[in-house]
Amino acid sequence: MPSVCFYFQVHQPIRLRHYTVFDNNDQYFDDFKNASVCRKVANKCYLPANRLILDLIRRFDGRFKVAYSITGVLLEQLQRYSPEVVSTFDALAQSGCVEFLAETYYHSLSFLYSRDEFIEQINKHSEIINRFFGQTPRVFRNTELIYNNELACLISSMGRFDAIITEGADHILGTRSPNFLYQPKSCDNVKLLLKNYALSDDIAFRFSNRSWPEWPLTAEKFAGWISRINGNGNVVNLFMDYETFGEHQWEDTGIFNFVRHLPEKILQHPDNNFKTPGEVAQSFPTVDIVDVPHIISWADTERDLSAWLGNAMQSSAIHELYRLERNVKSTNDEKVISDWRKLQASDHFYYMCTKYFADGDVHKYFNPYDSPYDSYINFMNVLDNLQSRCSRPTNGGVLCSGREPNAAASVLDAG
Amino acid sequence: MLGWEFPPFINGGLGTACYGLTKAMDEQGIHVTFVLPKVVYGQYATHVNLLSPHSRTTPTSLKIAELKNVEFRTIDSPLEAYATPESYQKRIEDTIRQKQIAQGSLSPASQLFTAPDYGNNMYNEVHRYAALAVDLAANEQFDIVHAHDWMTYPAGIAVAAVSGRPLIVHVHSTEFDRSGEHVNQMIYDIERQGMQRAAKVIAVSHFTRSIIISRYGISGDKVEVVYNGVERSGNGNGEWPIADTGIRSDEKIVLFLGRITMQKGPEYFLYAAKKVLEVMSNVKFVMAGSGDLMHRSVELAAELGIGHKVLFTGFLRGPDVQKIYSMADLYVMPSVSEPFGIAPLEALDNDVPVIISKQSGVSEVLMHALKVDFWDVNEIANKIVAVLKYPPLEMTLRNHGNFEVRKLRWKDSAQKCVRIYEETLVAV
Repeated sequence: MPSVCFYFQVHQPIRLRHYTVFDNNDQYFDDFKNASVCRKVANKCYLPANRLILDLIRRFDGRFKVAYSITGVLLEQLQRYSPEVVSTFDALAQSGCVEFLAETYYHSLSFLYSRDEFIEQINKHSEIINRFFGQTPRVFRNTELIYNNELACLISSMGRFDAIITEGADHILGTRSPNFLYQPKSCDNVKLLLKNYALSDDIAFRFSNRSWPEWPLTAEKFAGWISRINGNGNVVNLFMDYETFGEHQWEDTGIFNFVRHLPEKILQHPDNNFKTPGEVAQSFPTVDIVDVPHIISWADTERDLSAWLGNAMQSSAIHELYRLERNVKSTNDEKVISDWRKLQASDHFYYMCTKYFADGDVHKYFNPYDSPYDSYINFMNVLDNLQSRCSRPTNGGVLCSGREPNAAASVLDAG
Repeated sequence: MLGWEFPPFINGGLGTACYGLTKAMDEQGIHVTFVLPKVVYGQYATHVNLLSPHSRTTPTSLKIAELKNVEFRTIDSPLEAYATPESYQKRIEDTIRQKQIAQGSLSPASQLFTAPDYGNNMYNEVHRYAALAVDLAANEQFDIVHAHDWMTYPAGIAVAAVSGRPLIVHVHSTEFDRSGEHVNQMIYDIERQGMQRAAKVIAVSHFTRSIIISRYGISGDKVEVVYNGVERSGNGNGEWPIADTGIRSDEKIVLFLGRITMQKGPEYFLYAAKKVLEVMSNVKFVMAGSGDLMHRSVELAAELGIGHKVLFTGFLRGPDVQKIYSMADLYVMPSVSEPFGIAPLEALDNDVPVIISKQSGVSEVLMHALKVDFWDVNEIANKIVAVLKYPPLEMTLRNHGNFEVRKLRWKDSAQKCVRIYEETLVAV
């Protein structure tokens, strides 16, 4: 009896404004653009999708469940630009049928460059999820489902996670099926949930593709595929970007209708049910060990790091960024540190990708730049300015405040 | 084919394009009869050595062994590429003056009337040329008449009409590119007539195609786009001794290579240079080329206070072009209105990253180039600094760009032209 496990990734980066070598203020981010994108996605996706999911949860009386992973940077933007979205997530949290996962607050690749920063960001993220939704996450997913054996050990050593989510890539599974739970190599107190990419991508990518042999995909047809796994798997992990519902797949493709009928069709078969990742981890044993010595991800056909680090610009930019860690943190300036962290979003490097710099590609739809070169130039100009702020004498921090330059002086005068 | 210039005497893109296309067609076995204008100083050049930069030997005497299927025919005419009615006038007056010197006497008024071998103004000359072309064509066998740029259109129309063969006009540039909004009515009329009378119009880019459709009123289904290509050239042999050039070895070199004329945006190059020099000092700007705005550019550089950082090389030919590319760190083309732009492709072929104007045809085919609006001096400067400052950027642009350019071969342009020929002949 396969348990269907839905998890939706919810994230927006904080985009940079056009920043030339002649600019030298610390306003790096394009508030106007970020606000418009946020509101647009809220209207096309977050609000209608949240309402639909909430409706389904209530209708099925606890039998329909899902999980979300929401980044800290998105929550900040929602608070500023679309607070009504936050209240719908709140309602979802209170339904008792929604699990929130853990990830890095800033959607960063810090795992690859700074373990300390990585752990700080996870903690910061768990804290904000707890504050907003009253849950302490127990299942972890790394940015873009990046994973290897070391990650498993690191997460396991934090002592507060039960499972890790990652991609069910062919080259780590071999002939094995992603519809079971696995154990990471050399650590035994976290379990691995592997994405069933075939079925997930059927919804996320192929849904509206008319030249796909299975188009149109109805809830009934899909439920049939799920049921066929009966006896051949414990769980079907359907992991995807939340923007599938309304952005990647527009409303007129019928995606919302599909979702609306899906729980009913799946539950028609009495052996099927829905579980959250945490429940999955508790319900099933692991069947085998999965060895992932080299990094995998859920991106592109390669399922590796090439989307963010494949060319010289990307690798040098990210290297320069993390090289600043010590200087940034020693300024003790909240804004400097926060700016540095916002620059860590993996999206900034994704925009610099020259891999598929050709027509009509999914990379380009969400790219605010005309070319990867423009994004690199922009990023480096901003980074340069950030670096110069680190070497200036600090006037942030505990004792000095920019607002009261004479406070210390007046104390001295009085004494 | 009615065209222009052949190597080594090439004044600009028009000659390069004709050469590239013809060579590629030759390689595909297409038999080309190439007609070009040739100035005859002949009897006027007796004991005076005319050191005209435009003098040329008979192309047929050049050893172009590589072009097996191409035959050259010349028509005596002072027409040359990029001429304007004013420059033509000046040319005629110079020739008359030379004639006077050669004949060693003050010419009476009677000797000033039009000599029989050129028109007294450009309009007449273009039509005289057409008449001579018809004569020449009477002795030739051909299926198609292919005319390059406006000066050959009347000849093309005439030859096509008399022979009954279809005409194809190839638009490498329009009056709007060359003269902005102050178009010369006569030239515009000739261009439009050529496009209307042709069976098919070939444009070198979508940018040019849309000008043809919107400014000349030609129907879209008659206009096809065939992109120019680039010749894979060898490496420059040796270099200029760098000490002689006034460039220090640690200095970066930003190159502008092309005719120094309004269309190419030389002033934007200089304004951007000034901005760059505000934040970087170890860079020199080189303007390679000549043109009607050359002197003005030298003055402008001085006015902007960057005269010591801008070098002018004058017109460069052949191996010198290679050398300058091998020295450059970056090539900038801030063209105001560029129908295509072969120079950036040559730059990439020589491993030099490029910044090109968005108002150009070549920006349609290049992905791995930095693109700017020609007027956005700030952004041009921003991008120049970025390329010079960040080696990974320069490296990625250079590698990907060089690879991309390998796909832009004259072979493909020629094949496309041949396909257009075939379609036209079927319809006839």
